[in-house]
Amino acid sequence: MSTYYNPADLAKFGNITEWQSEMGNKFFAYYAEVFKEGALTEREKALIALAVAHAVQCPYCIDAYTTDSLQKGADEAQMMEAVHVAAAIKGGAALVHGVQMMNKAKELSM
Amino acid sequence: MKSLQARQAPLADTAYQLTVLTQAEAVGAQLPAFAHRLRESGLLPLQPTKLGVMQINVGKMCNQVCKHCHVDAGPDRTEIMTRETMQLCLQALAQTDIPVVDLTGGAPEMNPDFRWLVEQISALGRQTIVRCNLTIIVANPKYHDLPEFFARHQVRVVSSLPHFSAGRTDAQRGDGVFGRSIRALQLLNAAGYGVEGSGLTLDLVYNPAGAFMPGSQVGLEREFKQRLGREHGIVFNNLLTITNLPVSRFLEYLLESGNYESYMQKLVAAYNPVAAANVMCRSTLSIGWDGQLYDCDFNQMLELPVASSVRHIRDFHEATLAGRAIVVNQHCYGCTAGAGSSCGGATT
Ligand code: SF4
Ligand code: SF4
Repeated sequence: MSTYYNPADLAKFGNITEWQSEMGNKFFAYYAEVFKEGALTEREKALIALAVAHAVQCPYCIDAYTTDSLQKGADEAQMMEAVHVAAAIKGGAALVHGVQMMNKAKELSM
Repeated sequence: MKSLQARQAPLADTAYQLTVLTQAEAVGAQLPAFAHRLRESGLLPLQPTKLGVMQINVGKMCNQVCKHCHVDAGPDRTEIMTRETMQLCLQALAQTDIPVVDLTGGAPEMNPDFRWLVEQISALGRQTIVRCNLTIIVANPKYHDLPEFFARHQVRVVSSLPHFSAGRTDAQRGDGVFGRSIRALQLLNAAGYGVEGSGLTLDLVYNPAGAFMPGSQVGLEREFKQRLGREHGIVFNNLLTITNLPVSRFLEYLLESGNYESYMQKLVAAYNPVAAANVMCRSTLSIGWDGQLYDCDFNQMLELPVASSVRHIRDFHEATLAGRAIVVNQHCYGCTAGAGSSCGGATT
């Protein structure tokens, strides 16, 4: 494989425990707990995960949570809206730092 | 869209479907033989338990041509059960204490003897389930009174609705199907179906519109109830989640979309021995439009008859059939993945 990402590697995620089982197992136990139905439904959590996957630009997570969102009953409109939420926050986060840029520029300018 | 048969597609040949299913087993190390997994679970040979359901497929004729249809049903299919064969089914039923008769198709209501059959089953004191595709109710004025007819005979209505959104439903079942299904559901509700205290059961069937498995039945049921209630004022009893099996038009979709191998791998990886012990073929007998006997509707569509000296409903003999081993193949992974899948929804 001549690229950094191989889709088949997603299925190997569990193997992370091979070199550090205690931490790995704790992570997976925590992970499973997080995605269980709680105050939020499993579908809502899948959509949050899908949005975050886009924000952190993780192709593994985009693959996994696109499938998971469909499985949990989300439709295309819900999934794309989740991506827009991620885009709005990412875009907004960049833009709001413009205030810092403006502050600094004003500080340095006559 | 047309049926595989009308298009003379290679998969219209069941022998070819079986070749596709078993070749995958030979090429991919990750696709072990289903029988092998059953043996590891201590379930081979797979044996029947007490017969609880007689499932009668009254024909392949349908007003829809859904992309995932394992029957390859459609308006161009003419195979339907005759009243004589129905009579043989009723004679067999009368010899047993099987409590439930599950009528399927195609659209079972399109068989001209459908109503007669329901009346006879009622007269024998057994419960009828009808696998109603919903749109049939609004397809033609002669079907508009079906909800009242069902109610009169206390028929349990089990209806497919792949999603609570129009887009995902129409993608699987055809343009406009969602809107017509909603109208039909409203008519069923008006006849008392799904309404608390009416005693008239309306269950919906969710099966994924694509190459993925169904999510949790409980979670999806709540979601469907909220959305259908809020947006269309519809009530129903239970949501049954069903996994699509790689048979007929769904197999064609998997192959054409390049999803076949990964879908099979998903099913294999999700093999659940508890679901395997609860597969529906153990307590169901499936009868084809021509009276031939099968372990389930999927085996019927793959033309895999029961492994018994009794192969036709005219020769029905409960004890002989009880001694058979159920015929399994690679498609059976669909029934044993995750929470399990059957005509009654998840099995675990
Ligand atoms: S899935 Fe049901 S409604 Fe759709 S074509 Fe097949 S039999 Fe008809
Ligand atoms: S496909 Fe049929 S024979 Fe195979 S496990 Fe499912 S119900 Fe049983």
